[in-house]
Amino acid sequence: MDHSTGLLKKGVFSSLLVLFLATLPFYMPPYTPLAVTSILMYVVLTVSWAMFCGPTRYMSLATATFFGVGMYTSAVLGERLPFPVVVLCGSLVSFLIGLLTGYICLRLRGFYFAIFTFGLNELVRNFVLWWEGRVAHTVGRWVVLVDSLTIYYYMLAIVLLTVLVTYFINRSRYGLILLSIGEAEEAAAHIGINVTRYRILFFALSCFFMGMAGAVMATKWAYIDPRIAFNPVLNFTPVLMALFGGVGNMYGPILGAGILTLASEILLSRFPYYYMLLYGILFIVIISFLPDGLVGLTRRWRKASS
Amino acid sequence: MDILEGEKVTKFFGGLAAVYDVDFKIKEGEIVGLIGPNGAGKTTLFNLISGSLSTTGGEIRYQGQRISNLKPHQICKLGIARTFQSVKLFGNISVSDHVFLGSICGTTSRTKTADAQAKSATLLELVGLSAKKSELAKNLPLAEQKRLEVARALATEPQVLLLDEVMAGLTATEVNAFTTLIHQIRSRGTTIVLVEHVMQAIMAICDRIIVLHHGVKLAEGVPQEIAKNQKVIEVYLGTDAYAER
Amino acid sequence: MSIKLIFDVAITGLIMGGIYALIAMGLNLQYGVARVLNVSHGEFVMVGAFITYFAHKLFGINPLLSLVLCGPMLFIVGFFMYRTLFQYLRRTSVSLDVFEGRSMLASFGALYVIQNIALLWWGPNVKAYSYLNYPIRFLGLTFEANRLAALMFTLVLILVFYLFVVYSKAGKAIRAAAQNEKSAQLLGINVPAVLGFCFALGSLLAGLAGSIVSMMQEITPLIGFPYLIIAMIVLVLGGAGNILGSLLGGLILGGVTTIVMYVEPGLSLVVSYVIFALILLIRPEGVLGR
Repeated sequence: MDHSTGLLKKGVFSSLLVLFLATLPFYMPPYTPLAVTSILMYVVLTVSWAMFCGPTRYMSLATATFFGVGMYTSAVLGERLPFPVVVLCGSLVSFLIGLLTGYICLRLRGFYFAIFTFGLNELVRNFVLWWEGRVAHTVGRWVVLVDSLTIYYYMLAIVLLTVLVTYFINRSRYGLILLSIGEAEEAAAHIGINVTRYRILFFALSCFFMGMAGAVMATKWAYIDPRIAFNPVLNFTPVLMALFGGVGNMYGPILGAGILTLASEILLSRFPYYYMLLYGILFIVIISFLPDGLVGLTRRWRKASS
Repeated sequence: MDILEGEKVTKFFGGLAAVYDVDFKIKEGEIVGLIGPNGAGKTTLFNLISGSLSTTGGEIRYQGQRISNLKPHQICKLGIARTFQSVKLFGNISVSDHVFLGSICGTTSRTKTADAQAKSATLLELVGLSAKKSELAKNLPLAEQKRLEVARALATEPQVLLLDEVMAGLTATEVNAFTTLIHQIRSRGTTIVLVEHVMQAIMAICDRIIVLHHGVKLAEGVPQEIAKNQKVIEVYLGTDAYAER
Repeated sequence: MSIKLIFDVAITGLIMGGIYALIAMGLNLQYGVARVLNVSHGEFVMVGAFITYFAHKLFGINPLLSLVLCGPMLFIVGFFMYRTLFQYLRRTSVSLDVFEGRSMLASFGALYVIQNIALLWWGPNVKAYSYLNYPIRFLGLTFEANRLAALMFTLVLILVFYLFVVYSKAGKAIRAAAQNEKSAQLLGINVPAVLGFCFALGSLLAGLAGSIVSMMQEITPLIGFPYLIIAMIVLVLGGAGNILGSLLGGLILGGVTTIVMYVEPGLSLVVSYVIFALILLIRPEGVLGR
């Protein structure tokens, strides 16, 4: 009984939130959707990161890479194809590269996966830089312009899609399978689970959504080059946000992304020079003192007060 | 019919032979015990059969088919399941979901959710864990964790079940309960190979016993023969439990 | 393909290889022994480069002498960092895996802290100094004295470190702790002290490498990161915990990237990475790994 009313409450709350966000441009100043778009971007990246890395306990440090791949796909195809197709292409290219990356390093222990994904961003950035310079003879690229309202609604749709997919996976047998891989990999293999195949597939799925977000956001930033598209900060920010929120369930990443993006917007406007320094300190503080994230914290409070 | 056989099975770790030239033949429906002092290579042999490790030499065949270098998930789907010496459960997953997972992942055809759930209820009944089906595995006491591991393994519908020291750390009552359970599993048609140190259980349950020592097969035979075997007695020093019989 | 070109490539290759070897050995000490994948390691290289630069610019100190300055300074910083941050994380982590994850993330925070302090304090502009910029004639060919000096010092450092790790008691203790912490403890090695010392030693090596880097290229606060990536690749290539593997791996990779640099400059990191990917596909424990 308790469980279903809890579910009802969550459903109602989520629907109201989505309704609020969908109608936002009608009663908020034009700046607001722009700012919220950033938050939506981080939510997508954080939720897709946590989709794979949460249950499997593998730490991917290549979020920026797949996001950047989506961006570049958008830049290259934006002129020639309608926007929805471009976005889809961005996701598919990211998905394929995710499959390849996964094939190379997901059969190995978490340590190697972390290192490989960590360097992957530099690799892709260097390669694209070289290619753009040597073959395409350009430094950066201009992306076809799309109006900010369209971008806002696209991002909102992507957030919804990512969250819904994550939700349904978690509830399905695949969610259980992923979780079992993270809990006891050898046992999972012994009950018939092809651990490597599942890891590769779900990793690529998370990359799909990252690429989707990248394809859309490229149009917001209008001009991209390898340094912008493959910004290493974007590798770690979703990790921090997911950990801050708590990786145990789905709400943690959303909460973490929302709160931290807001906080960083405030920090950025107040301390433009010291922003990155504060970011680094915040990182250390969160890792040190909030190991289970906000979700873990609230869980501990609830236990303590009962 | 020999459902599981090994021919000159060998495993080297660097220069150390954990298992060397071991032959074994297991008939369908048997309960075979695998005993030996610590470090004899029993768990290594299990690991070789289940696919956790690959053989350095020799061959392992299941139903006549070579399985020596297949991956664990493939071997599971063929029909060999196992439990682990140190229990490997999915801590944050519920009891019933463990068995559910075994059911949907361990079988070759796509299982419907409803069927898998029904099967898992039956298996939980068999191992006596029906009351705790919503409990998270990490909250169970050891004896129940071991039974859950067995239920999970059974959910994959194995023809051969490998039990690795499933009675370690259990009280005498729990050991008796497990002995009954093993008999019940055999009567369902599953062949069982068990590694054990609890002598009374091994002697009571097994049709045949294989003895390993320093990775080599020392002796093989029915329990009575093994109990009288000089080499085995020397190696084992004898436990009070079976010396008294 | 002139003789001069071959020598140039060989000398640069050896110097780069030596730099990579030093940085990778440092990283390996920190990960192999202290179990911290210190992502801010590259920043220590950068700081070492800047210390040498300022020592030369402000006090006229001979860059090769700065090695003696740099090493200890960065040793202290590394030691401080381990004792305050990583030791705390180790204490508060439920398992070694969790500790490894948290310490890596925390070191990322440290990367940003160090890099941005450097950016704020020293500015983003490129700095360079010239030193020993006169030619030397040898075997009928001309070389720059500073590069020969850098080469000599790199080789000396590598040799010294190799002898230390292989033959000295402390070196053996370190290798033991890297290979198997529990057994090392049983042999009477004071592992907690060794952890902090090794971490700091790793920072020292980064600082020394940074000194040499400052002789070879222009420096900015952003030069650290690519060196970190290379060091990580070498770490895996040589095998985590295998200090000598990192030494050899660094030298090899230095040679390879130098050759690529002469052929197609923008692709040196890409080539390193492809090698890395191939190794991971074929033999993940590292070519020389345990």
